[in-house]
Amino acid sequence: MSLPAKTPNQSRRIVLHAQDVWKSYDTGAITVLKGANLEAVEGQSVALCGPSGCGKSTLLHLFGGLDWVDRGHVSVNGAKIDRHRNLLRLLRHEVGFVFQLHNLIPDLTLAENCLIPTVAAGVDRTTALARLKQLTDRTGLTHRLDQRIQKLSGGERQRTALCRALMNKPKILLADEPTGSLDEATSTTVFNLLLDLVATEGITLVMATHDRSLAERCDRLLEMHDGRIHESQQTQ
Amino acid sequence: MIFLKLIVTNLQRHRIRTFISVAGIAFSVAAMLTVVTILQGAIGMFSGILSSDSEIVVFERNVSDLFFSNVPSAAAAEIAGWSMVAHADPVLFGIVSSADHPIITCFGITASDARLRNATWIAGERRAFAQNADDVVLGERAAQFLNAKLGDHVPIGHGAFHVIGILKTANGFEDGGVFMPLASAQTFFHKDGTSSVITVKLRNKDDAASFKAMVKANFPSLIGLEDAEFTRSYSQFRILTATAWAVGGCGLVLGGLGVANTMIMSVFTRIREIAILRVNGFSHLQIGVMIFGESAVVSTVGAVSGLLAGTCFLVILKQVPALHGYIDVTMQPLLMLIVVLLALFTGIAGALYPAAYAMRIRAVEALRFE
Repeated sequence: MSLPAKTPNQSRRIVLHAQDVWKSYDTGAITVLKGANLEAVEGQSVALCGPSGCGKSTLLHLFGGLDWVDRGHVSVNGAKIDRHRNLLRLLRHEVGFVFQLHNLIPDLTLAENCLIPTVAAGVDRTTALARLKQLTDRTGLTHRLDQRIQKLSGGERQRTALCRALMNKPKILLADEPTGSLDEATSTTVFNLLLDLVATEGITLVMATHDRSLAERCDRLLEMHDGRIHESQQTQ
Repeated sequence: MIFLKLIVTNLQRHRIRTFISVAGIAFSVAAMLTVVTILQGAIGMFSGILSSDSEIVVFERNVSDLFFSNVPSAAAAEIAGWSMVAHADPVLFGIVSSADHPIITCFGITASDARLRNATWIAGERRAFAQNADDVVLGERAAQFLNAKLGDHVPIGHGAFHVIGILKTANGFEDGGVFMPLASAQTFFHKDGTSSVITVKLRNKDDAASFKAMVKANFPSLIGLEDAEFTRSYSQFRILTATAWAVGGCGLVLGGLGVANTMIMSVFTRIREIAILRVNGFSHLQIGVMIFGESAVVSTVGAVSGLLAGTCFLVILKQVPALHGYIDVTMQPLLMLIVVLLALFTGIAGALYPAAYAMRIRAVEALRFE
C-alpha cells in the first residue's frame, strides 16, 4: 500500500491516484498489477523502482490513458481515466511522456520534433516557438534547433524528448526509464535537467527507473514488486 | 507546416516506392486520357462525316450500325423536295479492301454532295465527278497508300476504278476514303435503290423538330436525328465511349491498388512512429488525415504527371501522318477534370484501409513494436 509521503507535500492537491489497480495481459495469463495503489501530489517527484516486468511501465501507461485498468481505478487531476475520458485533452495538455528510447522522428529537425505536440493541440505558431525557445534555452539545445535527429548525440536526443514532452506545459510528466539508454555521465546530466525542469515548472514527475542512485534523488521512492507498490524506507 | 512535412517526409523516405506509386497513377491517367481522347476524337470525326454541311441525319430506325441502314432513294428524293429543306444528300457507306489495305471506307455520294464542294481539290475537278460509273475521287491519304495519281486505274475490292480527282479534307476518315458516284456504289455494294443515310441541311435550324416529326409521320421505318443527338444516342458511339472509360477505369483501379500497397507499407513500417504521434496528442482524425494526405500527394503528383504525359503522347500521335485527321488532341477541360478527380478518388480509396488501420493503432501496443 502506498500513500502520499508524510512530508509538507501532504497539504497539496492529489493529481495522480491509482486505487486497487489490476492489470493483466494475454487474456489474463500474465497479471502485472495486483491491487496497486498510488497517490502523488502536485509538484512531487516520484521514482518507481523494481525489476523488469514488475509493472512500472504499465502503471505509467494507465496514468497516461494509453491503456485501461482491468479492475480498480486510476484518476488524473481528479478525473477518472476510462474509455469515456477525453484522452486527447489528457495527452495534449495534462501529461507528458518521456521514454527510454527517445522516440523522435528521425527525418525531422529538433525543432520540428518538439513542435509536434503543439501541432496536435492546435497551439498557434508564435506561442509554440516562444515555448520552444524557452525550453531549448533551458536544456542547452538552442544552437541545435535545425539539426536533424540523426546528427544529435544520445543525451541531446533525450533532452529533445524532454522538451517535446513539456511543450504544452503539462502538469504531470511520466518518464519511463528516461536515462536508461544513456551512459552514466550523460544520464546524470539529463536527470539533473529533468529534476530542475519539473521543480521550476511545478510539474509532478513519476519516473520508472532501475537506477537507484537517481531514484533516491526524487521526493519519494516507491518499490514495485509482486504487482504492488511499496513505499521505500528511504522516503518514509 | 509540420503536419505537411510529416506527410511529405514519409514519402521522401521511400523514394522508389513513392515513385512507383506516382508512376502507377500517372500511367493510369495518361492511358485513360489517351484512350478516351482518341476515341472521342474518332467519334467526332465520324460524326463530322455525317454533319458535313448538314444538321440532321436520317437513317433506318433501330439499326445498330449505319452500314446496315437502308434508306430508299425515293425517300431521299421526297425529303429533298420539302420546303424546309435546303438540300438533302443521300450517302451510302461501304467498306472495301485493296491488296495492301484491308479496310478502305467508301462513300457513295451525289455530284452535289457538300463533301466534294467543301474539300480542297489537289488534282482533278469536281464537275468531272459521276460522269462515268467507274470514276472515283480519292482522299489525299487514300491516294498515298494506294499509290495512285490522277488518271490511274486503281484496284478496289473486286473492281478497278478510274481516279478522276484527289481531294484533301480535314477529316481522317474522309481523307483515307474513296468517293464514288452513288449509283456505282449501290451497284458495287449490292444496295440498289438505297443509301445508308440522308444528310439534311434545313433552311432554318428552328425547323428541326418539325422536320423530325415529318420524317416519323411519312417514313415510319426511318428516323431523323440532329447531329449532337445522333452522337449521343448512336449505339456504336456509346459502346466505344463505355469501352474507353472501362479501359481507363481498369488502369486507374490498378493505379489505386499501387497506392493502397504503398500506403499499407507506409503505415506498417512506422507503427511506432504513429504511436508516438498519438502519445503526443494526435487524434485518430489527425492520423487519418496524415495518411490520406500522403495518398493525396501521390495521387495529385501522379495525376498531373499523367496529364502531361498523356497530352505529350497525344501531341506526338497527332504528328504521325498516318493518323492525320483521326486523332483530335484538343484538350477537353471537363475530361481532364474528370480524369484528375477519378485519380484523386482512386488514391483516396486506396488509402482507406491503411488509414483505418493507422487510426486503430493502440499506442501502448505499438510502443512495444520493434
